[in-house]
Amino acid sequence: MNGIKIVVLAKQVPDTRNVGPDAMKADGTVNRSVLPAIFNPEDLNALEQALRIKERYKGVTVTLLTMGPVRAAEIIREGLYRGADDGVLLTDRAFAGSDTLATSYALALAVKRLAPDIVIGGRQAIDGDTAQVGPQVAEKLGWPQVTYAEEMHLEGDRLIIRRRLERGVETVSSPLPLVVTVNGTAPSCRYRHARLLMKYKYARTDTELQAESSDYIAAGRPAIKITEWGVEAIGADPEQLGLSGSPTKVKEIENVILQAKESKRLTASDKDIESLVRELIENHTIG
Amino acid sequence: MANFYTDNRDLRFHLTHPAMEKIVRLKEMDYRDREHYDYAPCDFEDAMDNYDRVLEIIGAICADVISPNAADVDHDGPTVADGHVTYARGTQENHEALTRAGVIGMNFPRKYDGLNFPMVPYVMAAELVSRADAGFANIWGLQDCGETILEFASQEIKEEFLPRFNRGATAAMDLTEPDAGSDLQAVQLKAHYDEARGTWLLNGVKRFITNGDAEISLVLARSEEGTTDGRGLSLFVYDKAEGGVLVRRIENKMGIKGSPTCELVFRNATAKLIGERRLGLIKYVMSLMNGARLGVGAQSVGIAQAAYEEARKYASERKQFGKTIDQFPAIYEMLTLMRVRLEAMRSLLYETARFVDTYKAWSFLSEERTLTKEEREDLKVNTRLADIYTPLVKLISSEWCNSIAYDALQIHGGAGFIKDFPVERLYRDARITSIYEGTSQLQVVAAVRGVTTGGYLAQMREYAKREVRPEMEHLKKQLSALTDAYEKCVAEVTAKSNTELTDFHARRMVEMAANIIMGFLLLHDAQRDPAYTSSAELFLPLAVSENSKRADFIASFEEKELGLYKVN
Repeated sequence: MNGIKIVVLAKQVPDTRNVGPDAMKADGTVNRSVLPAIFNPEDLNALEQALRIKERYKGVTVTLLTMGPVRAAEIIREGLYRGADDGVLLTDRAFAGSDTLATSYALALAVKRLAPDIVIGGRQAIDGDTAQVGPQVAEKLGWPQVTYAEEMHLEGDRLIIRRRLERGVETVSSPLPLVVTVNGTAPSCRYRHARLLMKYKYARTDTELQAESSDYIAAGRPAIKITEWGVEAIGADPEQLGLSGSPTKVKEIENVILQAKESKRLTASDKDIESLVRELIENHTIG
Repeated sequence: MANFYTDNRDLRFHLTHPAMEKIVRLKEMDYRDREHYDYAPCDFEDAMDNYDRVLEIIGAICADVISPNAADVDHDGPTVADGHVTYARGTQENHEALTRAGVIGMNFPRKYDGLNFPMVPYVMAAELVSRADAGFANIWGLQDCGETILEFASQEIKEEFLPRFNRGATAAMDLTEPDAGSDLQAVQLKAHYDEARGTWLLNGVKRFITNGDAEISLVLARSEEGTTDGRGLSLFVYDKAEGGVLVRRIENKMGIKGSPTCELVFRNATAKLIGERRLGLIKYVMSLMNGARLGVGAQSVGIAQAAYEEARKYASERKQFGKTIDQFPAIYEMLTLMRVRLEAMRSLLYETARFVDTYKAWSFLSEERTLTKEEREDLKVNTRLADIYTPLVKLISSEWCNSIAYDALQIHGGAGFIKDFPVERLYRDARITSIYEGTSQLQVVAAVRGVTTGGYLAQMREYAKREVRPEMEHLKKQLSALTDAYEKCVAEVTAKSNTELTDFHARRMVEMAANIIMGFLLLHDAQRDPAYTSSAELFLPLAVSENSKRADFIASFEEKELGLYKVN
């Protein structure tokens, strides 16, 4: 098949992998100012899958789609540095506060406008860990969805996907268009490409161009624009977006303090080893 | 995320040296490529930002891919079957990650799919890769061969070979033979022009060829029948796709085990002549070797950095007598002096890279237009400095890399002697640096010219003219006193007009010069960033004691004692 169009769903997230004591604010929301904003790790695995398809077949294009504040344009640039063809930033005050339902509503409308053959996203984002957005987008579009993907390739007009399940590997085949979500166990994303980096480092959205003194960027090189879409561009109903479109309410936040030293000391005696093995089997760590 | 570029402040510090503005402007020829390439920089800041960001990519690959692969690569090594080499799995991954990031061919012009970076960031990349895996650094560093093609080959050869580097082609320089090691004039591999086929054919054997099964090889061969010296040798480029060269065996080495060292057999291998006949050794290989020597300098600094990090980490974790061992004077002195010498050799490395950058940029420009009188003078000065600094970098950094690796292993105690810690690999990898691309003894032969012609002295006097902060004036005075003592010492030796005596003292004099030069460089580093003040202060007493040791020996030495040293 020629001319396949892939949309990669990507999210900018606070890096929750190395959280300190000030990672959460008193009101229970994430303190974004102390956590660096990064490309959601499993979305990078998803991007890698898209780029591999692009390398393998002729005429494939990869478009990054992300929803977030203006600074999430960085995610689009990161995608461009690695080989994506272009990107769309969904940004609008009306999107703020969206839960997974409202987010997938907006993303599904944007996907509809982009009209791709394949949508690939990460399994879940490390800030919310819901794993709902990908499947919800598929439901809203009425497309097949394949989750836990690790590898995929085209065969005729179908996509063959290898899925990593708890007790083994499953290979499935799906017609296009479809939505695939990718596991962190899939191959990690390639590094930025030097030439692409030097080319796209000045790619900007209109809002960014207005915000910064753009004389320098404009001086010597053609401006590379990142598409920015708001509520109107995707024809969304504002009622179904943001807080009003989000049935999820945070009721209470509980601070869990993990004990630093929950360790047990065992000797090399057979008795100790046996009791450890028994304990590990009982709590299903092994076996 | 771990990153070998951003975790070491020295690198950005040297990258942003004030001399870069001129180097980058010359290299980019006033940023004219921006008209033709959408990734070319439009000014100095843009170019510097590119270097910084691309080094960050390489730093990430070094930390996440190359360094974690190093132990397995060292263990598994490459294999040879049916006359060809297969890299260890980790080596393949390393090369693929760098190729995919589009960073190979870093300093080739953009028209050959290069990034057109100056030497300084390229040498920095070599340092980073070496810190991650010194053996793999050879495979990375052999892109230098492209530089030789660029400088001396025909347009046709450039177009055929250079763009292949960025797509991942590996390279080799086939110089050494069983009976031609340090003495390359003895090269025997035969090149003859086959009129019927209209091509050069190579026949013979090469030995100790790093990455000998590469896609693109530069081969030194005897093209002039009946000659016996260097003037009968020419340089050729061989494409593996043409066939005709087989790997007979690969050496089982002590270190840098990931890099295949091959014995090659050439049987009517077709090859293309680079530049003119007879200039192979005397012009092209000399240039190639200078690049390779700077590369070994970078490799040495990278290994030393890795060894220092291992020692620092181990000493901060290992407890004896109720405290971590880095609390004991015997250990913290070692650690601090390792760091100070590391900073000194790194300053020398990048100072040299800047001289190389400057002269190369002028000579490229001179092909386009006539240089002005001042420009020609600048070309001459920088060529001369690059010539005398390159052997100095190779000598000092390889020797110090060995002693830093030695100390790093010593700090590990018994644990360093077993294979559980990376330091034993670093110790083995370090050992080759003072041997290949010209032994330390041969670097002294090249460097002593800087002593006898007054080249080093002139540069020391030049450094002394630069202003320093009042509180560091005493360091500058001490360095000037060291310079005077060095001048006197050299004068005493050369006054005897005895070549053998000069050769005998050569290493001592060269090392004295190196200590003074590094002292000045650290002093200047401290002017630019006060964080380097303590290094300058710590280095000087070392330089003073090291130099007086040598000066004392030379002063008390009598010519007739030479005889006592002779072994026959």
